[in-house]
Amino acid sequence: MTDQSGQNPLNLDLNIDYDAPLLSPTALRLRPTRGWTALRLRELWEYRELLFFLTWRDIVVRYKQTLLGVAWAIIQPFMTMVVFSLFFGGLAKVPSDGIPYPIFSFAALVPWTFFANGLTQASNSLVGSANLIKKVYFPRLIIPMSGVLSGLPDFLISFGVLLGMMIILGVFPTAASVVWLPLLLLLALITALGVGLWLSALNVYYRDVRYIVPFLVQLWMFASPIAYPSTLLPQPWRSIYALNPMVGVVDGFRWSLLSAGQAARTFPGAELLGFNWQPIGIAAPPVALVLISSMAALALLFSGIAYFRRVEKTFADVV
Amino acid sequence: MSDIVIRAQHLGKQFRMLAIRENYQTLAKTLNQAILSPLHAAQRLAGRRPPKPRPPSTMWALKDISFEVKRGEVLGVIGHNGAGKSTLFKILSRITQPSEGYVDVDGRVGSLLEVGTGFHSELTGRENTYMSGAILGMKRREIDRRFDEIVAFSEVGRYIDTPVKHYSSGMYLRLAFAVAAHLEPEILIVDEVLAVGDAAFQRKCLNKMDEVASSGKTVLFVSHNMSAVLRLCHTGLLLKQGRAIHYGTAAEVVAKYLEQSIQLSGQVSFDLSARPRERVRDVAFTGARVLDAEGKASPTVLVTQGCQVEIDFRVRAPIRYPQISIRLWNNQGICVLVSTNMDHDLDKLNAMIDPGQYTTRCPLPPDYLRPGSYLIDLVAGIPNLQHLDEQAQCLGFEVLDDGSVDSQLAQNRPGIVAPVFSWVTQKQG
Repeated sequence: MTDQSGQNPLNLDLNIDYDAPLLSPTALRLRPTRGWTALRLRELWEYRELLFFLTWRDIVVRYKQTLLGVAWAIIQPFMTMVVFSLFFGGLAKVPSDGIPYPIFSFAALVPWTFFANGLTQASNSLVGSANLIKKVYFPRLIIPMSGVLSGLPDFLISFGVLLGMMIILGVFPTAASVVWLPLLLLLALITALGVGLWLSALNVYYRDVRYIVPFLVQLWMFASPIAYPSTLLPQPWRSIYALNPMVGVVDGFRWSLLSAGQAARTFPGAELLGFNWQPIGIAAPPVALVLISSMAALALLFSGIAYFRRVEKTFADVV
Repeated sequence: MSDIVIRAQHLGKQFRMLAIRENYQTLAKTLNQAILSPLHAAQRLAGRRPPKPRPPSTMWALKDISFEVKRGEVLGVIGHNGAGKSTLFKILSRITQPSEGYVDVDGRVGSLLEVGTGFHSELTGRENTYMSGAILGMKRREIDRRFDEIVAFSEVGRYIDTPVKHYSSGMYLRLAFAVAAHLEPEILIVDEVLAVGDAAFQRKCLNKMDEVASSGKTVLFVSHNMSAVLRLCHTGLLLKQGRAIHYGTAAEVVAKYLEQSIQLSGQVSFDLSARPRERVRDVAFTGARVLDAEGKASPTVLVTQGCQVEIDFRVRAPIRYPQISIRLWNNQGICVLVSTNMDHDLDKLNAMIDPGQYTTRCPLPPDYLRPGSYLIDLVAGIPNLQHLDEQAQCLGFEVLDDGSVDSQLAQNRPGIVAPVFSWVTQKQG
């Protein structure tokens, strides 16, 4: 190699003393870092107000200048449910654990839509916030986080519709099972964030991610028990299947909301619509599935955070 | 607690030069490289392939920058565009990491670079104020407390609850600046180049920046206005192509900067097509030059001969007659004089001008300027009404001493100018 003085990026002539004492205990040393860095979760906590504002902005802006506004939060999962009920439930006669197919699929589509939208939002969030990243410092983690969190109101609205359907069909959960819902929602959130962190950071460097995400979401939906019950899979395959965290989320949701069975209730034409569900009593909670899924979700989250932290220092130079 | 709040040691930032418009790679390329490179390596061994192309060239946007700022000190950072000022500020405000060296920063760094950060066109002025404030690091209570002040400063008044997409660009900028200007960080970066809006609001911005810079805060001040730097800054850092050319007192640094700038030629032209359309108003400068006594463009003129400043400007649409001014700066950063094309003919104030290309000339008399180097700002506007164009320090020239009175008599007289007046002396009996 010929000597290219001044061009050598590892020019060590300067003898920089990176261990020189700080100016004061409160000072911050800004210097090149390589490799893995600390998670700095406390800093994240200090910026919680910003997380709140960014989430709030995403929510407020989402349905501005749309004709149907918030109705979109319902239309998306509801129409999917209708299509699934017609084709999978009605024509293909996919089993649904003895639960009426519409509510069987809708109970899965509500958390699924939250997950899918959160994942999509988070993946595009960094590139969409390029001008923020280039102009001001804050923990970058906040951006994909707010992308996922901003889906919560949509979730609550479609969850309200789900409750309405349950009342109409006379399906009631037990008090003991329903308390697990918030934790299952958290599991969906962690999964969306974990994957969202990976994809959003990759998206900064490889814009291919933008095209991969819709495809990934579609595949993932069929890899999750949305249109069919997980009982279709025999053991031990079902446990491996639960490595997909959405298996635990969806099965957990179904168990928590629908396991108590249907009150004896008939209405004109109910049987024609396929609602001839027999009360099945309390099914066993899918403990093993949810535990496996939780482990997988946490692994996704922590690897996502670690990767994100590793590459975030060059976001502003690349995005 | 230390008295020093910023200490930079051998700070450097290296950028990789990628092909134009290719800031990001595609996955395919990376995969291709991963798959093909063993193949390529094998082919290279077999001598079938040309050697590996050189690694992407890199460039140092900053190199070996060291300085210190004490609490309450105002440091002027001076340099032409592309000298590395914004890279330095990006490092200080933690947006990007240095590639080598380090900087200790004691206190939160805020900046008036961040005008309009986080604004969303669908949100109202009020919502955006909170949003932008939060992004810039203000707590909600802090924004509550300063909200009325921000609205008053921005002059958007009752439109504060209208979505900002309905704002005029002036209103938008004013609100954006107002939010940024009401931050209270311990260390503030003030960039005068970013004074925004119409002439009146620009003046207000500049006043606010002056106010901040003289309020006893620690400030990093960027300006092309050398008299402002001299007035407000204690110390200065002169950057050129990423290197620190000089670091010392503000006066030294200003003198160095002017000396460097004056190495410009005695003429300049402005390419209007290279500017964004909205930045080109109805009157725009197209060129300027300094003419010596023979009428030739020249960077050097003689004291005893005088010179002329010739300015070309283009008028795009019929408009009130523009006032074309020159501001003449000496190498001490002192404004020697301001002269305009209307001074001798104030009736022009109410005249109109037709579209077309114009040239105007301002003669500077012989035996008037002291020997030394000078810089000229060009300003076009309609007095008290509209700002049309400004080219700061775009033209430099040097006045050579070919026998001024002072040098002939070797008296070393003080004074900003050295005019030769025709004294009248009469014997009174």
